[in-house]
Formats: sequence, structure tokens, C-alpha cells
Amino acid sequence: MSESQSHDEKNHNGVPAPREDAGIIGVRKGMFGADNGGDTSGYGGLVRTVTLPGATFRPYGGWFDEVADELEGALEEQDLLPGNAIEKTVVDRGELTFHIAREHLVQVARTLRDDPALRFELCTGVSGVHFLGDKGRELHAVYHLRSLTHGRLIRLEVSVPDSDPHIPSLVEVYPTNDWHEREAYDFFGLVFDGHPALTRIMMPDDWQGFPQRKDYPLGGIAVEYKGAQIPAPDQRRSYS
Amino acid sequence: MSTPHATPRATTEGTVYTVTGGDWDEVVESAVKSDDERIIVNMGPQHPSTHGVLRLILEIDGETVTEARCGIGYLHTGIEKNLEFRNWTQGTTFVTRMDYLTPFFNEAAYCLGVEKLLGIEDQIPDRATVLRVLLMELNRISSHLVCIATGGMELGATTIMIYGFRDRELVLDLFELITGLRMNHAFIRPGGLAQDLPPGAIDQLREFVKTMRKNLPEYDKLATGNPIFKARMQDVGYLDLTGCMALGATGPILRSAGLPHDLRKTDPYCGYENYEFDVPTADTCDAYGRFLVRLEEMRQSLRIVEQCIDRLAPGPVMVADKKIAWPAQLALGPDGLGNSLDHIKKIMGTSMEALIHHFKLVTEGFRVPAGQTYTAVESPKGELGVHVVSDGGTRPYRVHFRDPSFTNLQAMAAMCEGGQVADVIVAVASIDPVMGGVDR
Amino acid sequence: MGLEEKLPSGFVLTTVEQAAGWVRKSSVFPATFGLACCAIEMMTTGAGRYDLARFGMEVFRGSPRQADLMIVAGRVSQKMAPVLRQVYDQMPNPKWVISMGVCASSGGMFNNYAIVQGVDHIVPVDIYLPGCPPRPEMLMDAILKLHQKIQTSKLGVNAEEAAREAEDAALKALPLIEMKGLLR
Repeated sequence: MSESQSHDEKNHNGVPAPREDAGIIGVRKGMFGADNGGDTSGYGGLVRTVTLPGATFRPYGGWFDEVADELEGALEEQDLLPGNAIEKTVVDRGELTFHIAREHLVQVARTLRDDPALRFELCTGVSGVHFLGDKGRELHAVYHLRSLTHGRLIRLEVSVPDSDPHIPSLVEVYPTNDWHEREAYDFFGLVFDGHPALTRIMMPDDWQGFPQRKDYPLGGIAVEYKGAQIPAPDQRRSYS
Repeated sequence: MSTPHATPRATTEGTVYTVTGGDWDEVVESAVKSDDERIIVNMGPQHPSTHGVLRLILEIDGETVTEARCGIGYLHTGIEKNLEFRNWTQGTTFVTRMDYLTPFFNEAAYCLGVEKLLGIEDQIPDRATVLRVLLMELNRISSHLVCIATGGMELGATTIMIYGFRDRELVLDLFELITGLRMNHAFIRPGGLAQDLPPGAIDQLREFVKTMRKNLPEYDKLATGNPIFKARMQDVGYLDLTGCMALGATGPILRSAGLPHDLRKTDPYCGYENYEFDVPTADTCDAYGRFLVRLEEMRQSLRIVEQCIDRLAPGPVMVADKKIAWPAQLALGPDGLGNSLDHIKKIMGTSMEALIHHFKLVTEGFRVPAGQTYTAVESPKGELGVHVVSDGGTRPYRVHFRDPSFTNLQAMAAMCEGGQVADVIVAVASIDPVMGGVDR
Repeated sequence: MGLEEKLPSGFVLTTVEQAAGWVRKSSVFPATFGLACCAIEMMTTGAGRYDLARFGMEVFRGSPRQADLMIVAGRVSQKMAPVLRQVYDQMPNPKWVISMGVCASSGGMFNNYAIVQGVDHIVPVDIYLPGCPPRPEMLMDAILKLHQKIQTSKLGVNAEEAAREAEDAALKALPLIEMKGLLR
């Protein structure tokens, strides 16, 4: 009951956008992707969309089906509809990715760690990714879990909007995520609720902004040599 | 008591003296005056025994450390952000400078990730893969040597340092011969290697293996059975298997707790499944066990190096796909390494298409299909993972390094609390954190 | 800081200058300021093969108060900058700084938000040593050049005179932006 309610609420502001158009994260124009300076190549009319690998449907192949079955079964045992927790499953380049709804992240992670058939004992930390073009779910937190028992590696991905960058902390499940989450907070402004001490770790404590977001400039300065100026790497005309 | 060096400040927990350098007697005097013996010592970020610009905040009660915290970020370089403004091939130049003691592992992990995104893992020539393994294993030896050397120096055992750096020079000579540089090579590139082995390298490699076989037992003679060394190392920096798993510690720390987990065996890359080697473990969970594991790993690396030399078959060292492989044929010029004159003659004189192709590939680079991968290699410090994200462009969208030093350093508090102040140094040295990798 | 600074200009002062310079250059105590890759090469320079002991400099002091040369070896981050300045301030006069490697000298390839674009924004630098990282031989060359500089450094009124001359020369020099050189 409460599950379906939270599903309906997803259209509200500050809540992850629905998944329908997921995948398209941007549009590239022209031949060279240069947006500062005129395009003299004659290919200015070229338009290409940037699409991330979309959802995969069963069978996933190999041990992926086994892990997915076990996870879904274990979640059902805990009275959690797998469809609510797992938004999307992607198999790409031989890697299995579960897109998890943030409100169920801790439960999913604990299940993955403790279920004897899953046993993902080792978390290799969290990596933030900022997709400016993925409207409504700009910030992605990517976790990689490794099972030493079964020799497997899977990926969990949680995406939240810029306006509400809150994700429950995984420190209670994987204590190793302590510094990793602080790092993701420091660089991306992802707020991990429930983290014991979410403070800056790399940048000075009084630093303004989150430097590895895409809307944060690189911060380089122009280099001058004998009258010639070479702009900082992010200010140059370049390919993309 | 108020002096320029120790200014008192009233807080809710009583008077706190903030001491900045100066006279130790004054500190002791104020400590005697206060009712408890708790002192918070700020060690670093510039301290000869903290293994780089690591800041340790220790609360000590007498000689016992009651609480230990790390302050990091003093070497944060923004490499991950810088990568996003360079093309895929240029990325190797940056990643090699992350953990500067293990440049080949950084490059290999990054290149494996890019190759996986490109879907060309199967097209990497055999020779390139074998040479990657060869370089990585040599690098493992040099990294462990620095760990043992600086660890010894921090204990005050300067002889170990002199020995370690002596042997490391031998490895660096090989690196210089093969890649042209002593450190920060950028030699492993997406698709293969920058260059083939120079003439005479095989002989030097064999010579090196022979020399190292002779030199490695010296560490045993000098340190392994040394009672002072053992007294300093044994039962110090204790972290058992449960602690390792919870804190995500990998590498020699995990293996010193008895679990033979090594990505080269459990999740082989670069054809490691075809090499014969053992994964050494210890069951002491302490700094001494880590030292023994590292020493034995160097022996195993020598075994792998030998197998690599035997396995080397003539062939290309770069993928055949001309859209990825740089066309340059490098040659040693009077001012260092550069394009060979023949190649320049060809592109400037006879083939305009070759010139255009060269120009496009070097300035624009190649495009990598959108997606993400996680590739991990077993670096000397543990699991070095790279999360590479592409948006289909010529530059990485996001590259994140899961550096083993960063993760392992979290175990510092668990290893040090409750121990002696002097043991903090031993424990930190046994983690072998390299701040370039921790802070990136 | 003593009698030598108060001597009148003349041959006594120049003699004292030579003597003091010779003594100072022969016993330089470097402070360890290893930051990144260059620190490893700095340690290598002190170790067996390159043997900095030949120049009487193998004893790296842990405490800045006992050192008179700071070798800034590696990239200086914004977070490290205040620490670096404090260590420099703690060193007694006379003191010298070698900026080892391109990162310390100019920020190098890390032209971004995190790295100070040249340690000369924070402390005065005597020798800039290029390289990424510089070879141990290059570090020794920089140290020998610094020895030369220490040997010929002036004292007292002569030092003031030299400083004035240097300032005049700098004022008369062509600004970088007006130099039309190799790139044009």
C-alpha cells in the first residue's frame, strides 16, 4: 500500500523523475562538438543524441539471472515488491547494473550482503556522476559490490535530482563507505542521510561549491608566455 | 599558563592549550598542571614519519593512543576533473600521476576500462598484454621496495631504506630503458602500448631477475629474523579478517589476515590465469605479517617476470584498428623521444591522407560509445578499481579511481587506538598509503 | 643576524661575505618537504646511488627550525598552501627555497581548482627546477647552483645595494606580455 503511494508521489517536485525517457542524456550538434566559435566544416546541421544503455529484459545471461532471481526472491520475503526497489536492470558490456530507488537502497544493500546466495561482502565505495542532461535525476551515485564467496561483481546505481540530492547512507551496512561517501559529498554535494560525520574530506573545510560537478568550472588559469596566451583547458575550443 | 607557544582557551571541557611548535617543556608543564593527561597531538601534514602529507590527529593519554583520526586531502590534485577535459589517450598521462609509486597499475586499470568500453578487449595483441603484465610485476617489486624502505626509515632503520632504494634503482633502470622515463610513464595506452621493447631489454631483464634473486634474501637476513625489527612490528597494527571486510581493506592487509584474495587469481585480467604463481598469506594480522607477505610477493613477481620473458613472441604492441592506434612511430631524437623522421617524411611529403588522419587522431582522438564500466586490477596496495563513464565523446565523461590506499587508510584508527604512540608509525607504514593515490 | 650585518662596506665586508658564504654553502640542511612524486626522487637522491652525502647534505631535518633549505617537492594544493607557508616561516634566516618539479614551479599539467599555480605565490623561490619529476642528477645540479648562489650572496650594506640593483633591473625589464619572442 505505502509502496504504491510512494510511486505516485514521484511526479512531485524534488523526487526522481519517472524512468520513461531515461537513457537520453544530451544532444550533440555539428561535426566537432565545438560550441564556442563558428563551425566552418559544413557539418553544423548534424544532430546526434547521447543515449546511455537502456533497460535489459530477461534472460540476462550467465549468473546474472541467478543473482537477479535471488535478490528478487529475498526482497519478496521481506515484503518488498522487487519492482518498487529495482527501477531498472541494465546489462551492458558484461556488467550487471541494478538501478535502485533511493528509499530502498539500504534494505537492498543489506540483503545483497547477508543473503547466503548473494554474499556481496565487499563494497568498493561510491562514485558520483553528474549528468546535467538527465533532467530530474542529474546526480547518480554508483556503488560496486564484490562477492568474494562467489567471485561476482555487480553495480548499484541510485539517481537523484539536483534539487534534492539526498541518498540514505550505506555506512551501517558497509563501514568502508565512510570516506567514500564523504568524498562523494565533497565533490558532488550528494547528501548521505545517516552518515556519522558527513564533512568535507579532500577540499578545505571552508571551500565553496562542489568541484567535480559538471557545472563547476575546472578553475584553471590562462597561461601566458611571451605575449601569447593559452586559455585553461576548459576554455579552449575543443572537440567533445 | 600563557606563553607565545601555548595559548590557553576556555572551553566547556576546561582549559584547552593550543600549542604551535616551540617549547616542548611548556607543553609538558601545562599538561602536568591540568587534571588529566589527555593531549591531542596533531601529527603532520608535514612530518617525516607520516608517509607523505598525511595528517594524524591523535588523542593520547600518557603514551597510549585513545583516539586516532586522519586528515587527508593535502595533496588533492583534481586529476579526475582534469581528465574530463582531455581526450581518452591523454588520460593516461594524468592517471599515471595518481599513485606515483604504482604508475603502471593506474595506466593498466584505466586502459582496460577504456578498452572494455570500446569493446576491443579481444583485439589487444598478445605481446602488449604480456608486456603489460611484465611491467606491472616489475612495478609491484619497486612499490613494495619503497614500502619496506620507507617503513624501515620511519622506524629509524636507515639501512633498510638504503637497501630498498638500491634495489628500486635497478627496477627504475629497466623502466627507463623500456619506457624512457623513471616515473610517470604514460606508456600503457588504450589499445596497447606506446612502443615496443628496445633492443637489449630482454638481456637486461634476465640480468635483473638474477640480481634480485641474490638481493632479496638480504632483506630476510637484515630484517625478517631481526629481534628489534620483530619487536617493533609483531602484534602492531592488528586488523583481523572481519575488520578487513567491514573496512574494505584489500591487498597485503587482507592477505596478512589469512584470506588469499588476489584479483589476479579470483578475477583474472590481462591473462593472469595463464601464469604460475602463489598468493602468499600470513595469519598474524599484524604489521610483521604484512611485511612478510610483501617480501614473498616480490619473489612471486620475479617468477611472473620470468614467465613473461619466456612468453614474449614477436608481434605488434598496438591494436590493428587505425582509428584507435596512434600512427606515430617513435624514435629517439637528439632532444628526447619523438616521431621518427621516416614517418614525418611520409606524412609531410607523400601522403596527405596520412597527415589528415594523424592530425585528427592526435588533436581530436577517438570516440568511445556511451556507457560505463568498472575494471579492477590488483595493485601492490590492493584492489585498484576504475569507474569509467563515457557519453560517446572524445573525452571521458567521468573517471573515478577507487584507490586502495584511500580505502585502506580508513583502517588506521582501528589499528592504532589503544596502542602506543610509537606504534602508530608502524601501523601507518604497514598500510603503505601513498598520498597521491589517497587524495588524487 | 649579527655583527656581519653591521660591518661598513669595504674589503672587510667582502672578506666576511666570502667566508660566510663558503661556510653556509658547505653545510646546508634541507627540510623534508616532500609532497608528491618529486619527494620519491628527492629520497632517491639522498639514498645510495646518487648519494647527496657527497655534498654534505644527506641529513634531511624533520623540523623546519633546524633547516635552512626547503625543497618543495611536488604539487602544492590549496589545502597545503597555508601549511607550507607556516613551515617556511618557522625556518630560521638565512633560508633558501628550491621549487622542485613543474607542479611546484608553475602548477604544471594540473591547471585546475585544486593546485596552487606555482609555489612562488606563497614563498620566495631561489631555484626553479623543471622536470616531471626531475631526475636525481637534476636535483643535484639545482643544489650545486644554489651553493654557488649562497657562496656569492651579499651581506649587510652590500645586500641592500644588491637588492636595490635587482629591483631597478626588474623595473626596467620588459614585461612578459610585451615580449615578442619564440611564439610570434
